[in-house]
Amino acid sequence: MSTYDTSDIRKGLKVMMDGAPYTVVEFQFIKPGKGAAFTRTKFKNLLSGAVIERNIRSGEKLESANVETKTMQYLYKEADSFVFMDTSTYDQVQIPSETIGEDALLMPEQIVVEVLFFNERAVGVTLPNFIEQKILATEPGFRGDTATGVTKPAKISTGATIAVPLFINEGDTIKIDTRTGEYLERVGRA
Amino acid sequence: MRFWYSHRRALSPSACSPLPSVFSTAGGHLDERVSLVLNFDRGRKGIEARAAIRRAVRLWFEGQGFLEVETPARVFSPGQEVHLEAIPADGTRYLITSPEYHMKRLVAAGLPRIVQICRCWRGGERGNHHEPEFTMIEWYRAGASLDEIARDCEALIEVAARAVGGWPVVEVPASRGREGRPEHLAVQTPFERVTVREALFRLVGIAPRGDESVDELRVLATRAGCNLGTAATWDDIFFQIFLDRVEPHLGRDRPTLVFDWPLPLAALARRKPDDPLTVERFELYAGGLELANAFGELGDPVEQRARFVEEAERRRQQGRAVYPIDEKLLAALAEMPPTCGVAMGFDRLVMLVTGADNIRDVMAFADDEV
Repeated sequence: MSTYDTSDIRKGLKVMMDGAPYTVVEFQFIKPGKGAAFTRTKFKNLLSGAVIERNIRSGEKLESANVETKTMQYLYKEADSFVFMDTSTYDQVQIPSETIGEDALLMPEQIVVEVLFFNERAVGVTLPNFIEQKILATEPGFRGDTATGVTKPAKISTGATIAVPLFINEGDTIKIDTRTGEYLERVGRA
Repeated sequence: MRFWYSHRRALSPSACSPLPSVFSTAGGHLDERVSLVLNFDRGRKGIEARAAIRRAVRLWFEGQGFLEVETPARVFSPGQEVHLEAIPADGTRYLITSPEYHMKRLVAAGLPRIVQICRCWRGGERGNHHEPEFTMIEWYRAGASLDEIARDCEALIEVAARAVGGWPVVEVPASRGREGRPEHLAVQTPFERVTVREALFRLVGIAPRGDESVDELRVLATRAGCNLGTAATWDDIFFQIFLDRVEPHLGRDRPTLVFDWPLPLAALARRKPDDPLTVERFELYAGGLELANAFGELGDPVEQRARFVEEAERRRQQGRAVYPIDEKLLAALAEMPPTCGVAMGFDRLVMLVTGADNIRDVMAFADDEV
């Protein structure tokens, strides 16, 4: 395990603190009058997503985190897990459902995702920012209805229910932002 | 040349759109040449504001009966402070980290009110509020109290803000605002005045006296929830608490003058006659910037020599360069009347009243553009 000092701090640097892996999201050189230099650093916990701020004095060491991201393809679902394949080595791994959480509802088979490994164990999955999905079921739309802000629920094949504008019909294909779970636009008609 | 750091941000997306390929070019030259043409406006604004503030500041000092002086930039003793790194000049000389020593010699020689606006150099300091070469306003008043210096600071910020039409409210950009949000700061007098102890007690719930052992202070810091790492000296532990829990709250509703620093952080300040664990010193904070540091100047050559020797020893232990003790300064201190003095970062003053994000925004050239 290697160590870093404050001059190594960069955006995206992965370090261990209090037993959890963190990534640097922001940092600034500060130096109080008559005091030592510090790096005011914002870290994101790679497991929980929580952001914390620490002032790290020059000379302090940071422990590198054994994390890596792999590009993997989602193959199929088992009882309590999802099976992914490394697209470069064809190795398959099982990732428990609770690690993936609600993202599972926006994850069609064959989709290529980034899987975060911490100490060789898969701990998180990042979907592409946008996916396109067919509407499985929704109330019938009204052709001329273009009122903005009015939505209705629509079910997509991955399981999620998305709020869509009234003019969307069953069989339409829509674009969804996976970070917010929100409808963006219609990309294909039934 | 640079001007694009801030300007690029300042431009609206539509203003950028005619030249996307230029902005995405990797490597610097074309990028910088084009952005110079496109973005000179904001850079020129910073330079013009700087000139206007400098003019107003000079005029104000003249009106107060100050004599503007110039002292050497290349010296043998650039200051023994443990955390400052002087940049070597030629032979055995260094560039000044502040003009303090020679200005005190002038006070001792009989000039009671002097001011200097000059370049100073501090090696290894680079960040949003730091450049290795920067400009200081430093002034001394013989026979004055520290409170008179505090009032000078209040007046000077008004003078600078008025010079750029920023009175009485200045903009604080998101990068310096609380929780990363832009805000406004009223800079009218009087500024908020607190002591270090009050601030620590109010914000952290601890009340160090200044004579705690390192271990006792560590207990207080741990209780305050600070992550100390390997900090092993009084001042390192103190600043961990201060930066974690106190400094982010200073100078937010009004500029804040923080008085009465504990003895271990005395530097060149004298002890308070009624409280020998506290020294006559204040720091000025405003809008996320640390602007100035003032001392009731230590005039006792014996105590000053002892502090120099101690600081030299700490520098030696840390493997830092050890500078010779300035014997001419020590000789002059014996002749110096009771004096208060202050150093204010001129670039930061310009940043404060113009709402700049980065010290580079108020300089024509940053160190890496030379």
